[in-house]
Amino acid sequence: MRHLLRIRGLPVGQARAILDEAPRYLDVADQPVPRTPALLGRTVVLLFREPSTRTRSSFQLAAKRLSAEPLAFASASSSLSKGETFLDTARTLAAMAPDIIVTRSRESGIPELLAREIPTASVVNAGDGISEHPTQALLDAFTIRRHRGRVRGLTVAIIGDLLHSRVFRSNALLLTMLGARVRCAGPPTLMPPGLERLGVEPRPSVEEALRGADAVMVLRIQHERMHDSFIPSRREYFHEFGLTEERLRPTRDAIVLHPGPLNRAVEISSAVADGPRSVILEQVRNGVAVRMAVLAEIARGRPRGRRRRD
Amino acid sequence: MTEALLIRGGRLVDPVAGLDAVADLRLARGRIAGIGPEAAERGDREFDAGGLVIAPGFCDMHVHFREPGHEYRETVATGAAAAAAGGFTDVGCMANTDPVNDSPAITTHIRRLGQEAGGARVHPIAATTRGMRGERISEFGALARAGAVAVSDDGLPIVNPAVMLRALEYSRYFDLPVIEHCETLELTGDGVMREGAFATCIGLPGIPSASEYLAVERNIGLAEVARARLHIAHISTARAVAAVARAKASGIRVTAEATPHHLLLTDEAVGSFDTAAKMKPPLAAEVDRQTLLGAIADGTIDAIATDHAPHHEDEKCRSFQNAPFGIVGLETAVGLVLDRLVRPGLISLGRAVRLLSTGPRRILGLPGGDLKPGSPADLTLLDLEASAVVRPKSFRSLGRNTPFGGCELTGQPAGVFVGGRAILRG
Repeated sequence: MRHLLRIRGLPVGQARAILDEAPRYLDVADQPVPRTPALLGRTVVLLFREPSTRTRSSFQLAAKRLSAEPLAFASASSSLSKGETFLDTARTLAAMAPDIIVTRSRESGIPELLAREIPTASVVNAGDGISEHPTQALLDAFTIRRHRGRVRGLTVAIIGDLLHSRVFRSNALLLTMLGARVRCAGPPTLMPPGLERLGVEPRPSVEEALRGADAVMVLRIQHERMHDSFIPSRREYFHEFGLTEERLRPTRDAIVLHPGPLNRAVEISSAVADGPRSVILEQVRNGVAVRMAVLAEIARGRPRGRRRRD
Repeated sequence: MTEALLIRGGRLVDPVAGLDAVADLRLARGRIAGIGPEAAERGDREFDAGGLVIAPGFCDMHVHFREPGHEYRETVATGAAAAAAGGFTDVGCMANTDPVNDSPAITTHIRRLGQEAGGARVHPIAATTRGMRGERISEFGALARAGAVAVSDDGLPIVNPAVMLRALEYSRYFDLPVIEHCETLELTGDGVMREGAFATCIGLPGIPSASEYLAVERNIGLAEVARARLHIAHISTARAVAAVARAKASGIRVTAEATPHHLLLTDEAVGSFDTAAKMKPPLAAEVDRQTLLGAIADGTIDAIATDHAPHHEDEKCRSFQNAPFGIVGLETAVGLVLDRLVRPGLISLGRAVRLLSTGPRRILGLPGGDLKPGSPADLTLLDLEASAVVRPKSFRSLGRNTPFGGCELTGQPAGVFVGGRAILRG
């Protein structure tokens, strides 16, 4: 694998290979010295142009456990947040000859732009605008697989802000690619047209989407959605769309996922988030392992000492 | 032009006269002097047009030349040269320069630059409102006298309906068309491509088709009240076209143009975040495209215009969301119309000439658009058999931002006569 730009276009065999490899890296975490030399001597740049603690820490930890040298290049506070300087940033980065660039951006499509402008590096998308968050989808699929033994044939319900969610988009693409049925629901203002094209089934209510689900994925609702009149208030959102024990009860034994950070009593009740079906903290733990598998898979495809021209 | 010229053996296509026949055409003193076997006079120079189509000069009524202000994107000279190379004898250039063309001085300046350029004729379109701020209308009388052929705040819609109504009412006195970029900014929001399944699929903020439709309906309503001439720029959606058809049927003085890219591409052309497919209005759905094709064939749409919008490579080489809206079109439009619309039989050659010449000229009040004796000696020569690959690097325009790079197009402009002066290709 050269890059992990997004789930769209990712061969299913490649996705499966990452999921198959990930357990090995879970084991690394349990070793007395949680290190493996897969990325020894490699430079991994974390180019985060949007505030993010969990994804960034997760990648940083993954790179360290693989014995790489993670380098945090910039945050949203730097001049990088301006699009005008982006190409110059890319060229500056290219001159540092990193092996892997992990990128997070406010705008969609940045990973492709980076891959084009820095032909010597491999690019991993850690979230681009409202488009995709492929490692989140991989860790979600991995988490579902560990609990249900498989993904194929399962029914997954995704609830919330489908319009602005890169987590939703990547999950819809990956889960359907792996053979799951994906149903979704949320306020009509946050359900974009043409969802069928992503392979998912839009449902008219949260309750209908949840019926018979094996896993429920709750999406984060952002505060600015209220200012834009997508939803009237947090209180109403919780009342109508929030995942509560009551709404969860008719599902057999569905596990509950959330990409974090949680808005308690907005999209999910504390009782569900902290309850027996919640696998939210496990997602965090699995995230490091899945990201290790991704970085290692990419490193395998990059011969050492050939950083100038590929 | 001093001496007379006899253009021999060309296929003359004049949609006004319903003419499509091989005949000689005589030009003298900058005008069409005669047509047919008796046209020749002793001492005429001759031009062999065997195998070529001779059409009344094409007019692109919607281009953006970036002078004054952003000459690194396009100057009047490079734009006029690109237009002539692309088969256009006349262009209408929009007012969103820096400073904005809202004064007779700038209108005169642009005209003079156009005359010096020696390419296609450059007709300034002045700003509808001062500074294109949408607040106070500009001096239509002085602007018209300085040579403005229309008014438009193109690039921005006029938000305030009262200002739009006054502009339309006031324009009537000078018989200037008000060209409006129909967009509802609140509905566009942070959208960068057409809202729909493809935007949903790739994850880019969408612009709903209601953004255009609502503005089109509002402006038609205001034009009806004002009994004024409204021209809808770059119409792109099925509902907006239906609104124009209804308005025309009820006698409202509305006209509309469509671009080659909206006629030929859909939102899927965005592909993998290709900024060469980013423009306003955004590329729409297939149903919209089919409606546009029907509307150019049945006359609901009066003109094909390019919305030629050159940007620097660095500007387009940004993230899709940060890249500017707009693509160039002057040097691809005629080839695209001939190869993709005329050759497959979607429209006749006569209809294409009407859309590229007669229609836009009438809207802007320019003479010509036909091959009648007395009309200006503005001609577009077409070689329907010539094939060429679109190579942005060899454009005369400074803008290279086109989604049609690499397309092979059969049917090419072979040259133009501007006031009897030949500008030939190759």
